[in-house]
Amino acid sequence: MTPAASLATTAAPRRWGEVVIEAFIRATGYSAILFVLLILIFLLREGLPALAEVPIGELFGARWYPIEDYFGLLPLIGGSLVVTIGATILAVPFGLATAVFIAEIAPRWARELLKPLVEVLAGLPSVVLGFLGMLVLAPAVRVLLGVPTGLSAVTGSLLLAAMIIPTLVSIAEDALDAVPVSYRHAALALGATKWQTIWRVTLPAARGGVLTAVMLGIGRAIGETMTVMMVTGNAARLPLGLDAFFRPVRTMTATIAAEMGEVANGSPHYHVLFTIGLVLFLFSFAVNLAASAVVFKQRKRAERLLS
Amino acid sequence: MRACRPLTGGLLALLLAAACGGTSVTPAPAPGSAVVVTNKGSDTMVNLALAWAEAYAVVAPEVTLSVTGGGSGTGIAALLNGTNDLANASRAISAEEQAAAEANGLKPTQFVVARDAIAIIVNPSNPVQALTLPQLSAMYTGALTNWAQVGGEDRPIVLLSRETNSGTHVYFLEHVLRLGDAKGPQFFSPDTLLLPSSEGISAEVRQNPNAIGYDGLGYVTADMKTLAVAGVEGGPFVLPSIASVNDGSYPIARDLYMYTAGPPSGALAAYLEWVLSPAAQQIVADLGFVPVK
Repeated sequence: MTPAASLATTAAPRRWGEVVIEAFIRATGYSAILFVLLILIFLLREGLPALAEVPIGELFGARWYPIEDYFGLLPLIGGSLVVTIGATILAVPFGLATAVFIAEIAPRWARELLKPLVEVLAGLPSVVLGFLGMLVLAPAVRVLLGVPTGLSAVTGSLLLAAMIIPTLVSIAEDALDAVPVSYRHAALALGATKWQTIWRVTLPAARGGVLTAVMLGIGRAIGETMTVMMVTGNAARLPLGLDAFFRPVRTMTATIAAEMGEVANGSPHYHVLFTIGLVLFLFSFAVNLAASAVVFKQRKRAERLLS
Repeated sequence: MRACRPLTGGLLALLLAAACGGTSVTPAPAPGSAVVVTNKGSDTMVNLALAWAEAYAVVAPEVTLSVTGGGSGTGIAALLNGTNDLANASRAISAEEQAAAEANGLKPTQFVVARDAIAIIVNPSNPVQALTLPQLSAMYTGALTNWAQVGGEDRPIVLLSRETNSGTHVYFLEHVLRLGDAKGPQFFSPDTLLLPSSEGISAEVRQNPNAIGYDGLGYVTADMKTLAVAGVEGGPFVLPSIASVNDGSYPIARDLYMYTAGPPSGALAAYLEWVLSPAAQQIVADLGFVPVK
């Protein structure tokens, strides 16, 4: 058998296998789009009837009291925003600083210890954190801040920050790690200090990954349910004014979780709960869209500079 | 946090599926032909229902009761869609639920199995001893916002309530906030904290001197303070107790119900008969509820 013949006999079946694998990979890739579409269709099917059953003006009302058909969504949207914004403000500086420390500053042994530890934190069940928050953090917040009750947006934000920091650190650290070491060497060779290198070179170079980390963190914060249900007090009040952060709030996720179990199938309340799900979907869609738009813009700019 | 505690070792896996999944389970034809009765609903009644089920396992070992909480509405909804044999409810079935049942061809049958008083609880350090129903209504609607307005310290009032799917919530709305007029104009203040469990309310009342909450008498522990309540301005203040509920002097008390999807028969009928027996009613008293007989 000549070498060419043997190649021909073995190459044909291999190509067949490759076709199957390629098709499989393509199918899994497209299935993500399919699943998102199916979820959207389901939410639209269950949520849109609410727009016919409840006057639109009422959905923008300030009172959420579904057992007597008051379906004002504003307190719930506001509650989710307050808790998520609070968590983001707390988590982003802390998480980025930790990522920079692990990637750029920590000695090798500390780095090898810190990274897995942070990732273990990311797996902490939210109900455990919620229970801790209810029994330990909420009383402490009430005493330390002198607010009427510790079951408030700030407690929820603190716990959510604790939940999203590990995600943020892990992804941001990976992004920083992926920045070629030659960038740092070049900066240092030009006389930049270590801090200038981190702030002006490494972080901007890793901006896409860092932004992804922040967006995933925000996405997790807005979607988190159990923890916020246990510690934010679930009072459906409109969070207006600066003190709203220190008052109880009711988030969209907690509302769905608390009420879905009891609601009569097909009732206006049931449809409105799905409308809330739709609003949540649109929020996380917008967050992700904004993130990829920024990353995409940067990539274009980088390509232009390099060409 | 909903109670979900399967009973007795025997059909543990089956029960878990029945209790947590909310699906009805046909028991395998085991030796002794075991019967599984699903019993779901009111969180107020879940401890009582569990205690009954445990005692009944001794009386009739061939019957296994699978007890779940979730709220009165949850239990009745499950009864109507056929995934629950026996619904515990701390309120009577509503007209809508009755209509839905009839649309499904069911005839829900009601049994008063115990009575319950709703206790008004505050932190032990709160100097207030008693409130009238009109005062409670004004507090929970947001008209009164400081404890000094009802004779207490200068502290903000933090209102605690159960979630809207709790029968206790609806009862409190109709009989306290609206002073007995079910269609009254009053609403819970938007600042009211809606907590998903009795434990949530207890935890906050124990540590927060600003808080006021309500819960079934059976859930009140020694580390909170129960207030005496007067039905009308100037009326006598009465602390909730078995005696004051039975003689009707405590103003916030109610009947606790069990519902079957139709006239009960077989194991279900036998169980309901036992529930009203003196032995079962003694358990009611032991748990801080009020026996019907």
